[in-house]
Amino acid sequence: MRRLISLVAATSALLVFAGPTLGCAGLIGPNGAVNLLRTTTFAGYHDGVEHYVTSFAFAGGEGEFGSLVPLPDVPTKVERGGDWTLQRLNIETEPQLFFAADAARVGAAEAQVLLQVRIDALDITILRGGGAEVGAWATEHGFRLPPDAPEVLDFYANRSPIFLAAVFDADAAAERGQAVGDGTPVHLTIPTDDPWVPLRILALGKTEAQTVEADVYLLTDHRPGLLPAPSSALSPDGFELTHSAKATDLLLADLRSDAGMEWVPQSAWLTKVHINSDAADIAFDLAIDADGSAPSLVDAGFLPYGPTPAPWTTPRAWALLAFAVALPLLAVWFAASMLRGRESPPLAGA
Amino acid sequence: MFHRSLAAIALLIGAAVVAGCGASPPVQRVEILIHYSHFSPAELTVPHGVAVTFVLINEDPIDHEWLIGDEAFHERHRTGTEPIHGERPDEVSVRAMSSAQTTLTFDEPGDVDFICHFPGHEAYGMAGVVHVT
Repeated sequence: MRRLISLVAATSALLVFAGPTLGCAGLIGPNGAVNLLRTTTFAGYHDGVEHYVTSFAFAGGEGEFGSLVPLPDVPTKVERGGDWTLQRLNIETEPQLFFAADAARVGAAEAQVLLQVRIDALDITILRGGGAEVGAWATEHGFRLPPDAPEVLDFYANRSPIFLAAVFDADAAAERGQAVGDGTPVHLTIPTDDPWVPLRILALGKTEAQTVEADVYLLTDHRPGLLPAPSSALSPDGFELTHSAKATDLLLADLRSDAGMEWVPQSAWLTKVHINSDAADIAFDLAIDADGSAPSLVDAGFLPYGPTPAPWTTPRAWALLAFAVALPLLAVWFAASMLRGRESPPLAGA
Repeated sequence: MFHRSLAAIALLIGAAVVAGCGASPPVQRVEILIHYSHFSPAELTVPHGVAVTFVLINEDPIDHEWLIGDEAFHERHRTGTEPIHGERPDEVSVRAMSSAQTTLTFDEPGDVDFICHFPGHEAYGMAGVVHVT
């Protein structure tokens, strides 16, 4: 199936700190403060290949900190991303600033290390493993994962056991002269027929009262099908479609002129979903069908991954089920109405 | 025959008396599973005056701790700074994907809370209670 999908997931991150695991309550990171990174992500999908571009911003401080990002499949290439793709999309849609990530370190454990790349002051590791394996790897490599991490990692690993661990070396960044806020763009080339945008991980480590704020950009051949559809019954408050239009030739030309972005097609549809929702409500991912048909309930995380859910994973199937339930109720209601009609008192004067 | 039976009965009685004088109550063993940052069971009942061995099995890929005590004890640990426990039987660190155990005897009946005081873990629901009868 020829599909073109570009995704920009605003955030993705596990709260992590480098250094020894800390116990007891009230402890803070080894740098004396919690370092939060702002991470912006873009992914494009063309001819079965997803181009995932994300930027890790230097947040100051010392030591190491980073994030974990679930991926839909195994990348074949990890390289430095273009310089202005994310900024250009921001300008196009007047978006808001993105998300926060945290800290970590890199090494090896039970999880299989598929790829390791150093980009500027950023160490990227592509991992394959179950939730427990990847979590153990992260823990052993300095990530201090929040309490919801075991469940969230399983949530992703059951669908795709591929994760990206990014560790930002703040000391190296400082030596390179990177200023606070400077981002390091990373471009992943991911052959996959199953693209989705990780959203649930944006709520990782957050309390229910905290909010998830993110921007998701999609660039598709046609208007894409989204699940959950923004502003629908399935989507929470603050999950809104803020841009949906044919991408301008100028935008596509600008994107195509950036490093590694030659894959951008001549014609595409640009979509932006803005998320500003309670963390407790972000328990799903954004499933996408680039052809505009029904995205998968499994990809959205509404149904668990399994060997046989395929026929029942589309909204159409759920609509049929709802119709099947509603039909007898409708019949009962109709029969009751008819009965009441017969028992109603005769008209005055009759 | 009669004498032999009498001797056997005397021996049994003697053994029972010795056992009753010298033996302490058997140690109870309780397993608590840690999964997705929750204790299971989160509520259990043990008798007072009996040694209870708590076996803590951490299935999570992250570290946890099991601290048991009164409210003042927990309040101290909510603002504590000890990275690892293990010196005291009521403060146990349980590393990722591993198990640990400790033995405690509760002197008086009452409820005693156990909590993981790693940042955010208590708020996430990582707490339980031992009812001492």
